Amino acid sequence: MNTLVLVKAVPLVGEERLDGDRLTERSDLEPNGADEYCLERALQLAETHGGEVSVLTMGPAAAAEALRKALAMGAERAYHVEDAQLAGSDIRSTVAVLHAAVRRVDFDLLLTGADSSDGQGGVIGAALATRLGLPYLSNAADIQTPQPGMVRIKRLSPLGYDVLEAPTPAVVMGMQLLGEPRYPSLRGVMAARKKETLSWSLADLDIDASTVGWGASSTMVDRVERAPSRERGITIDAPADEAARGVASFLAERGLI
Amino acid sequence: MSAIWAVGEVVGGQPTRLTLELATLAGELAGAGGRTTVVLVGADPSAAAEVARHGPDVIVDRAEPPEEADATSVALAVAELIDQHEPDVLLIGGSPEGKDVAGTLLGLTDLPMLVAANGVTATDGRISVEMGTFGGRVITASSFASGGGIVLVRPGSVTARTSDVPGAVTEMTVTPRRTLPAVSVVERVAAPAGGPSIDGASIIVGVGRGVGGREGIELLEDLATSLGAAVGATRAVVDAGWMDFAQQIGQTGKTVKPDLYIAAGVSGAIQHKVGVQSVGTIVAIDTDRDAPISEYADVFVVGDLFEVVPRLTAAIHEAREGT
Repeated sequence: MNTLVLVKAVPLVGEERLDGDRLTERSDLEPNGADEYCLERALQLAETHGGEVSVLTMGPAAAAEALRKALAMGAERAYHVEDAQLAGSDIRSTVAVLHAAVRRVDFDLLLTGADSSDGQGGVIGAALATRLGLPYLSNAADIQTPQPGMVRIKRLSPLGYDVLEAPTPAVVMGMQLLGEPRYPSLRGVMAARKKETLSWSLADLDIDASTVGWGASSTMVDRVERAPSRERGITIDAPADEAARGVASFLAERGLI
Repeated sequence: MSAIWAVGEVVGGQPTRLTLELATLAGELAGAGGRTTVVLVGADPSAAAEVARHGPDVIVDRAEPPEEADATSVALAVAELIDQHEPDVLLIGGSPEGKDVAGTLLGLTDLPMLVAANGVTATDGRISVEMGTFGGRVITASSFASGGGIVLVRPGSVTARTSDVPGAVTEMTVTPRRTLPAVSVVERVAAPAGGPSIDGASIIVGVGRGVGGREGIELLEDLATSLGAAVGATRAVVDAGWMDFAQQIGQTGKTVKPDLYIAAGVSGAIQHKVGVQSVGTIVAIDTDRDAPISEYADVFVVGDLFEVVPRLTAAIHEAREGT
């Protein structure tokens, strides 16, 4: 059972350096949280059933750092789709490029995180499954491979959960409930240095550069503003009785209770 | 004047609140003389009528019984209807099911898409989508470079309103020309919700790691009960298995907008802050006077929640009796 995990390199939450509406190149990147849950589950499945875990990202040079962390956690191989022309790609181009890339990898399971902390779309997995003509199982709180050639997930539903099953290869979108990701061990960090990262340009993927990036985007950003930040309010540092009465009268004044 | 369509979602026989919000939003965007249509796959007549009361015409696809309609079958039916009717804009709710429908439609149609919309407006037929990026620190307004596309709309971006002129309900059987690989349902398990939902709640009591476990949570549940509030949680509390993922507030959970949020034992790191920054009033109780939440709470109490919370429950009770 070989698993390919899509890992997006996202800005460190709260640490983004912004230049207008774009991140500056100096922003530090980390693996997207939701993708790390998927990687953790993929590593556990490989430890139990054998097989290899690979990771794939599409992003700038700095995204290599996120791949290195994934390799240090235990992935065997990394793929990095990197091309200056990709900057500013819309969701359509992103799907087209990822589709071209994942088709070149032999996998039984393709795992994607529930969404990304920066774009917050959560639609890439379903779009890729549709393009690949593979079954799509989403919102997985658990992933099992009960027998070769089959994947079974527990999918959170509005009223509880569903147990879903499909033949592999399949695309699974995983969520936080898969379990906390491991920290890379020192040995893992050392081993990662010897592992292979394959870089693919648009030309390597046979994609016409004029169909991606800012120039080809079907959507545009018209206006960017900083969100108004909440201000520090009053601090009550008093015995519990007094503090409780203080809060209650504050709430009563605001008509909230 | 334009044709604005939306994809509705029915849970337990009823349209979701988000569906009614989309119905209302479609009417706002279409403007005078515009046409609005909500597509419901496998809905019964009462669900369709409830959506139509909010203004739009409703197309009910009867090809699937309600319990069989999954995101794939909804997307296939909607793709077929889009081909036939070519709406200018298609609104889809940003629920887990809605995201699956939107992603599948993206794969099928390659239409332009804008996601995570907190607000959608139309000026002279041109759609503008407002969203928060980078954890909500930056607000952007985006549009389609030409023509329309699909907009994935977050819950709570508009308030659902009924219309004086309800729409018409049409039942039909849509036969998609395309197919997608099947996923089989082995089992459906109903799990009762653990209390009032934090979605749309006007008061939320937030539980952080500082509660330490079940005993602390019970104190906060008492406070919530006395306020008629829902109980939310940070990621650490959900990871610890103390509360359900459905109650999680923050970057990987839900964004909430109650009038009042009372957080106890919540440090309020950026990942949590992004879920509560549109709250009306924030009250926080924590032993650490330098907790990040002290920087953005309206009232910050330095104290032990085990001492403060029971007294706060009593003080709120007294304040209410007194009025």
